[in-house]
Amino acid sequence: MKSTLLGASVAALAIALSAGAASARDQIQVAGSSTVLPYAKIVAETFGETFNNFKTPVVESGGSGAGIKEFCRGVGENTIDIANSSRPIKSTEVESCKAAGVTDIQEVKIGYDGIVFATDIAGPDWALKPEDIYKALAAQVVVDGKLVANPNTKWNQVNSALPDWDIAAYIPGEKHGTREVFEEKLLHKGCEAAGGLEAAKAGGLDEKAANAACIAVRKDGKAVDIDGDYSETLARIASNKTGVGVFGLAFYENNADKLKVATVDGITPSVDTIAKGEYPVSRPLFFYVKKAHLGVIPGLKEYVDFFLDDQMIGPDSPLAEYGLVSAPDAEREEQRKAFDSGKTM
Amino acid sequence: MTDIASSGTLIDAKAPPRRDIGLKRRYAAERRFRIYGILAVSVGLVFLAVMLFSIISQGYTAFSQTAVTLPITFDPAVIDPKNERESDPTKLQTANYPALAQKALAEKLGFAANDRAATRQLRGFLSDTSRVQLRDIVMADPSVIGTTRDVEILTSANIDSAFKGQIDLDVPEANRKVSDQQVGWMRKLSEEGALATRFNTGLFTNGASSRPESAGMGVAIVGSFYMMLIVLLVALPVGVAASIYLEEFAPKTKFTDLIEVNINNLAAVPSIVFGLLGLAVFVNFFGLPRSASVVGGLVLTLMTLPTIIIATRAALVAVPPSIRSAALGLGASRMQMVFHHVLPLAMPGILTGTIIGLARALGETAPLLLIGMVAFVADIPSTPLDPATALPVQIYMWANEAERAFVERLSGAIIILLIFLMAMNLTAIILRRKFERRW
Repeated sequence: MKSTLLGASVAALAIALSAGAASARDQIQVAGSSTVLPYAKIVAETFGETFNNFKTPVVESGGSGAGIKEFCRGVGENTIDIANSSRPIKSTEVESCKAAGVTDIQEVKIGYDGIVFATDIAGPDWALKPEDIYKALAAQVVVDGKLVANPNTKWNQVNSALPDWDIAAYIPGEKHGTREVFEEKLLHKGCEAAGGLEAAKAGGLDEKAANAACIAVRKDGKAVDIDGDYSETLARIASNKTGVGVFGLAFYENNADKLKVATVDGITPSVDTIAKGEYPVSRPLFFYVKKAHLGVIPGLKEYVDFFLDDQMIGPDSPLAEYGLVSAPDAEREEQRKAFDSGKTM
Repeated sequence: MTDIASSGTLIDAKAPPRRDIGLKRRYAAERRFRIYGILAVSVGLVFLAVMLFSIISQGYTAFSQTAVTLPITFDPAVIDPKNERESDPTKLQTANYPALAQKALAEKLGFAANDRAATRQLRGFLSDTSRVQLRDIVMADPSVIGTTRDVEILTSANIDSAFKGQIDLDVPEANRKVSDQQVGWMRKLSEEGALATRFNTGLFTNGASSRPESAGMGVAIVGSFYMMLIVLLVALPVGVAASIYLEEFAPKTKFTDLIEVNINNLAAVPSIVFGLLGLAVFVNFFGLPRSASVVGGLVLTLMTLPTIIIATRAALVAVPPSIRSAALGLGASRMQMVFHHVLPLAMPGILTGTIIGLARALGETAPLLLIGMVAFVADIPSTPLDPATALPVQIYMWANEAERAFVERLSGAIIILLIFLMAMNLTAIILRRKFERRW
């Protein structure tokens, strides 16, 4: 028994160590942003079902930065083919990619991630600024140049133009990808505008701690984390008519009969203003393709083409249903053309 | 305290004095300690009970799934409207199969689906898995086109949740994911017996999916199995060999002491560090494929090795020296002594240590994160070189899903993992009981 076990062990080790060089990969490997993950998952699954001559791509999560780092590790079968990212690749990252031999990178924009603030349809019009959101919802705000626990209880204490409502906001929970946009584009921006960042630094915090302090949300029950989907937020607003909820743009548009949307910095959110980049609380979502792998990894080109097809990222597609803001028709067409022509960064 | 003289007189007088030995106080202390002990045990038990109750009460429904049996007519006008299947067989692959199921459902309900709103209601009732299911039937036997046969189609996750009573149907229609019309259909089909719950085999056989109703642990179970196999085949022989050498053959020098200290330290290293090591060594240096269970297995082997070495050495030390002396005295070589006498006697301890090490490895996610095993993998891996996930990884992935129906699947997955762990610990106990020798 001992000798068979030993034999099996030796064989296992031998297989393990010889395998690396021998096997050709027949499965696309994707890594990166957890915001893009649900979209990439839907596309990967549908791709695997539609093309049964290709295997379903493997999609790892782990964040944009980690994904791009893996992506830039080099060219070859044991490196990933695609990096999902919820931000454009940085020039330093492109440099490190080049240093590792990943010279030709194709950028693909899949659409936008946009969040809106909405209140019950019967309420007054809302015009918000990031600063208002910060002052109403941050854990600590600036009073007389110092950070103190947030004393505001009503919206009109934050900004006299806002109604005399108790602060009750239903915001995406920490598990949500949109939470990042909320933190980055509203709390952090508002924090800078209100002087919170400086006050935090003056209070002896380093850069990182100051940024973290800016995006900390108050925990006294006035800002409620919603971990479910937007329908839960909608139900909360229905039961509390003076509540403010955060929704995906697509969800708001489907429920425009019940919700009134707030402007941010004076811009009304819409597919147009988001796609043009005017509406501040949105960001484009990308993935990056290693050109050297096209034609080497089976199905890679088909996968990208399939992703860019209107049946995936169009206005009436599964991804739009899940919350992606489709880019305007012309921009989608442009993305397809750019990919087909092999344009690299 | 008292002087000798007075104590002498006391002895002479009558009964010896009772020294104050704090009997009462000591008994009270013991009673208090017992109460503390019982409290500590009950706190542990209460937490365990609460955890098991919440997991099982939320998760047991994941093992059943709602399906509806429909007489599907494989209508050539839907599957192949231009009659091109002779010339272009790929047409059969991309046909609109869900439409067949929706049509069959509409007919079953005696309802005409002629506008978009009604179609959407029908589409929301049935799972999109019907596409693959019906396509596979047609691809396997194209002669089915034009005939009618009963097919069991899964309902969508929302209908499944509603049928299991997990969606509050008292809230206004607009606030829930199932419409009143769909609930009416569901009740009607259920009365007719067409719609019912059945055992959810897909939970064990399917890979990951973005649709809750077709999501399963298949990839994770296979991946975990491969990894455990690799850990067993690599870590057990290496660990046992190392400990036998260190315990029975190696001279006791400063150097072997250093090795011993290092092995003990290694057992306490956080598992994420092994993940980093695995990425650097196995993926980047040896060029093994990312996300593959072979890399996961090797990383977990590194992690389990110290545990196995420590357990094996303890088991070897526990074998009485008289056995060794007797073997050597009868003329056995050191190697014969070890392999004929010491090792068989130490085996139960070694196996117990190994199984406990394996159980710990089975529950690890952190080292797998860096080697790409925390991923969406839909295809069941056929060899350890294919991408795979692991049981705890699948639990982690489902915990991050937004859909309601993943909540019960999450708890169901935890139940599966707990059953695996319990089975392993039980095996360890049985082995120990069976082979244990006392001297």
